[in-house]
Amino acid sequence: MRIFIPSVLILALGLFSARVAQAQYVQSPSELAPGSSQLINPDDLVTLLQSTKSEKPLVLNVGPSILYMQAHIPGAEYIGAGSDKQALDKLRARVKSLPHDQLVVLYCGCCPWSHCPNVRPAYNQLHAMGFTNVKVLYIANNLGTDWVDKGYPTIKGQ
Amino acid sequence: MSGRRIVLIIIAIAIVVAVYESARHASHSKGARPGAVDSPAAAFTLQDLDGKPLSLASYRGKVVLLNFWATWCTPCRAEIPQFVEYQNRYGQQGLQLLGISMDDDVTPVREFYQQFKMNYPVAIGNANLAESYGGVLGLPVTFLIGRDGRIAVRYVGATDLQVLQQKIESLLQAK
Repeated sequence: MRIFIPSVLILALGLFSARVAQAQYVQSPSELAPGSSQLINPDDLVTLLQSTKSEKPLVLNVGPSILYMQAHIPGAEYIGAGSDKQALDKLRARVKSLPHDQLVVLYCGCCPWSHCPNVRPAYNQLHAMGFTNVKVLYIANNLGTDWVDKGYPTIKGQ
Repeated sequence: MSGRRIVLIIIAIAIVVAVYESARHASHSKGARPGAVDSPAAAFTLQDLDGKPLSLASYRGKVVLLNFWATWCTPCRAEIPQFVEYQNRYGQQGLQLLGISMDDDVTPVREFYQQFKMNYPVAIGNANLAESYGGVLGLPVTFLIGRDGRIAVRYVGATDLQVLQQKIESLLQAK
């Protein structure tokens, strides 16, 4: 009995910790690991944008303005760099009245994926607001290499 | 084959070669993409962080390392201490570093400049300047411009600093 009770307690604590860790993993959107379901590839986004049948996503640019002015996805709205608090306020205001199942695509393309400081805060913001249908455009290197140079639709200006 | 016929064939070949070379040269000079290697570096004049004019033309005759960067760009931040070191080490030999920040706001750039003890001019860039260098659609982007004002190398993304240093030394040696 002396050994049994501590063993049960340790086992219960272990199971609880594992459960918490699992929950944190599931609820930790900030990772946005390549290949994860939260991402959408450039090819798939182009198909979605060109489709006449699919639901059109709301495409939001959360990168720096100089990049947006040089080239952006047609129809994309400029929010501001997701690493900036003011941009997150603007993002909140933009989506406030939308249904939480609205398909939203976020993108930046300023830097290699693992170094982008903008997409994760923006994604986390929408996630925290309860949006359930948010995708982030997976840009492995930068917008020039992975979008513009591949001939995907692009426009200039504000 | 008669001598006359041989001469005609030689003339015909010469004409074809001349036309081909002329067309190739024309397309090379007209169609050179902005920011391409071997093309002249686009002239610009901006204001540096102290409000002084920063003009590429005033560095003609030097080797210029032109770096497009931003304070929020992790690979850029990693490179800048090395660029500061290059300015110290090679400045006397004719190297000039120039930084073009793509930040939306100058405040973090000033802070960064102080924090990293940057020792070369920095100005805030714009979309027109970026386009005149072939587009800066991702950071960092770094150009090495030779003493003749032509672009010698264009690096997109984090540079291999060992390769970059060798190229700088090679350009400095070219008079």
